[in-house]
Amino acid sequence: MAQRIDAKDLNIYYGSFLAVSDVTMSIDPQSVTALIGPSGCGKSTFLRSLNRMHEVIPGARVEGTVAMDGVDLYGADVDPVAVRRQVGMVFQRPNPFPTMSIAENVLAGVRLNNKRISKGDAQDLVEQSLRHANLWNEVKDRLAKPGSGLSGGQQQRLCIARAIAVKPQVLLMDEPCSALDPISTLAIEDLIAQLKSEYTIVIVTHNMQQAARVSDRTGFFNLAGVGQPGRLVEIDATSTIFSSPTQQATEDYISGRFG
Amino acid sequence: MPATTTLAPVTESSQELRRALTAVDPGRRRKDRAMRGVIYGAFALAMIPLVSLVWSVLTNGLGRFDLYFLTHSMRNVFGGMDAGGVYHALLGTVLITLVTTLISVPIGILTAIYLVEYGQGPLARAVTFFVDVMTGIPSIVAGLFAFALFYLLVGPTRSGLVGSVALAVLMIPVVIRSTEEMLRLVPHELREASYALGVPKWLTIVKVVLRTAVAGITTGVMIAIARVIGETAPLIITVGVTDSINRNVFEGNMMTLPVYVYRQYAAGLVPCAPGDASCIATINYDRAWSAALVLILVVMLLNLVARGVSRWFAPKTRA
Amino acid sequence: MASPTTATTPPAAPARVARTRTKPTDRGLDRAFRYLSVGSGVLILAVLAAVAIFLVLEGLPALTDSELADKVQWIPEGGTLWSLVGPLIFGTVLAALVSLAIAVPVAVGIALFISHYAPRRLASALGYLVDLLAAIPSVVFGLWGVLVLAPRLQPVWQFLADYLGWIPLFEGDAHGNASNPPRVLMTTAVVLAVMILPIITAVSREVFLQVPRLHEEAALALGATRWELVRMAVLPFGRSGVISAAMLGLGRALGETMAVLMILSPGLLYSFQLLVASQQQTIAANIAAKFNDADDIGRSTLIATGLALFVITMLVNMAARWIVARRKDFSGAN
Repeated sequence: MAQRIDAKDLNIYYGSFLAVSDVTMSIDPQSVTALIGPSGCGKSTFLRSLNRMHEVIPGARVEGTVAMDGVDLYGADVDPVAVRRQVGMVFQRPNPFPTMSIAENVLAGVRLNNKRISKGDAQDLVEQSLRHANLWNEVKDRLAKPGSGLSGGQQQRLCIARAIAVKPQVLLMDEPCSALDPISTLAIEDLIAQLKSEYTIVIVTHNMQQAARVSDRTGFFNLAGVGQPGRLVEIDATSTIFSSPTQQATEDYISGRFG
Repeated sequence: MPATTTLAPVTESSQELRRALTAVDPGRRRKDRAMRGVIYGAFALAMIPLVSLVWSVLTNGLGRFDLYFLTHSMRNVFGGMDAGGVYHALLGTVLITLVTTLISVPIGILTAIYLVEYGQGPLARAVTFFVDVMTGIPSIVAGLFAFALFYLLVGPTRSGLVGSVALAVLMIPVVIRSTEEMLRLVPHELREASYALGVPKWLTIVKVVLRTAVAGITTGVMIAIARVIGETAPLIITVGVTDSINRNVFEGNMMTLPVYVYRQYAAGLVPCAPGDASCIATINYDRAWSAALVLILVVMLLNLVARGVSRWFAPKTRA
Repeated sequence: MASPTTATTPPAAPARVARTRTKPTDRGLDRAFRYLSVGSGVLILAVLAAVAIFLVLEGLPALTDSELADKVQWIPEGGTLWSLVGPLIFGTVLAALVSLAIAVPVAVGIALFISHYAPRRLASALGYLVDLLAAIPSVVFGLWGVLVLAPRLQPVWQFLADYLGWIPLFEGDAHGNASNPPRVLMTTAVVLAVMILPIITAVSREVFLQVPRLHEEAALALGATRWELVRMAVLPFGRSGVISAAMLGLGRALGETMAVLMILSPGLLYSFQLLVASQQQTIAANIAAKFNDADDIGRSTLIATGLALFVITMLVNMAARWIVARRKDFSGAN
């Protein structure tokens, strides 16, 4: 079951450098929320703070709260490893494990927790996940081949299959189509539309048409100024953001006046 | 702030979620911690021999490490006499290493130039492959080669030169590898800029490529010297041993520092007559430790200078 | 070569232009310089061929002499060259393999520590500490090994002989004891392991640092702990690198002379007893120990054993290359 996410007064630092300041936003369950904005405005950093992936970089830390269904992900007793199980992530460039086969890639996350998954269950899960990722028909005959042999778009769908195989509540996508051709992009966008019935999806994108096509709500991030931290300018229903934004900066950005 | 926030009420499902987020599989966490311990332990384990070795060499070696030790040979030193030094070995090491360097550096640098600037086709591939093979030649085999070479040319002979040839076989591939790496770092644009000015290829290589890479090449050569200066086995069979000073690289046995360490150790404890105060039973071991200290200091000095060279003389415009 | 004119004409055109600008001496020097550098490359091949040829030439008398056992005193009565070379090869390989078994896990651990566990700022300094081990001459390792390490290891070996003596490798002598002083293969292998640690660590570390960040993040995003990240992304990616690192270490251990010469009490048996003295000997140490006092035929015999060592190390190095090449399709170098 998908969950809502509420970020409140979130400041994200790299060492002493404040990268994103004072973000407060709600992300509805079973919806697609797009984050747009110019490069370096902190939208990816914010996205990575939602599953505590930014902590991988030494010196990174946050202030404020990110609550998932009321539970603070940064609570003292919360384990970042467990958070990432609940909040899956798909990256900018497809990154299947090159040393694993397609099937092993899908099972990679599941194997961490449940070593003794039976062969039949494993096969079912592989098929189910790949079907969900609209990839089954293309790869069912070569499940034992390395994942790196697939095309870029197929690899990205394999990564989505891998992410949903662990049955997360939320799926984060960090510019998932930026390395793909238009046809593969379309396939991923169709997939996102299907997946939102089961998952809460947050997608960072540079492509405003994509945001308009796939998302229910859109948040616009911008730098407060040169050398200033990034911040959330506004977030609203996608149709509202693209037709009548309340902030001048948003209108300038979506009309292509900067960024 | 246009965005509005309402924290969701605490429900049953969020209780479940809280459990999911806080309950880590204890087995996985235990394994993670255990492996962290193992990996930290591996590092700690490797530090034991380093610390122990340095400590042993310092405590055992400092006792005899003085100006007398550095300036006297082993001539006319017998039994447990409180005398004898390392001068002849230090001299031999310096001379043999010098000759080795004179042989290895031109061949090494020229071969690296060939590989980077001229090499293509089967010959270059063969050279690359056999340089790798040469890197793997055991040092004792290099010693055998040098001995066999001189034996067939001039009959049985031991001299500093034979040792230098043996060491050169070990040093050349190291010089080639490091020089090659440095030459490949020189941007291609620099070469093209030089050609565009009508400078012939050889001058471009000498004046532009080598000039740019000179700091890195020097560092590589010094590290290669540091590597061969501690070689013992090939010198035992090609240079032999002596207790006296021999300044002639072309004739006669020479002593070198590493062989001196070995010989002093091999001489073992001295059977002293009871009550003989002038006889030190452990004198040979003491001298071995002190010579080991000298050897380590020489190697460390070379490494430090090498690092200094690469730091101070590197091209000023760093990307 | 069907149409040499069309093949050579285009490059010749700019050369003709250059000719008018450069002095003739420059062109001569250009050519001389190229010959010089090509000559060096050829010299490398010649040197290596010479190593093989001279070793064969000098080893030939021993290889062809049917009455070798009568002339060389360290060949067992009535034996052949093989009764010397066989046990020596056995000892050499055994010592190298035992040291490798000790060194590889530790080296991989250190490499992981430096690449994925140690604080970033400390990592390179700590790596330098390990590299320092590589700078220490082998004779100093030998001295330390026999005078400092060996006495401290003896109780450990005794413990192994007492409690694990039923394993052939740890079997004690006739009284069930580990030798004292412990100038045994196990002590030698420990010192060899310390000596090959830096090279294996350095190569493994480089490979582990090359693991693409994308793959590491993929593992973390699936909820992997640090160790699971290592298992999932780092070790599979680095496996071929670690294998070739181990092979390099093996090559070093096979050819290492001084530590063995100073520590091991030699014997010429096909014996797996690691804790008992006077069982095994290595080729390299045997050459260093006997060469200077040997007569012509004795030297020839030793050179023949050196040839065997040369061939073995070459095979190991080539095998390392082959393994790396074979694993390329799964190596993630895409």
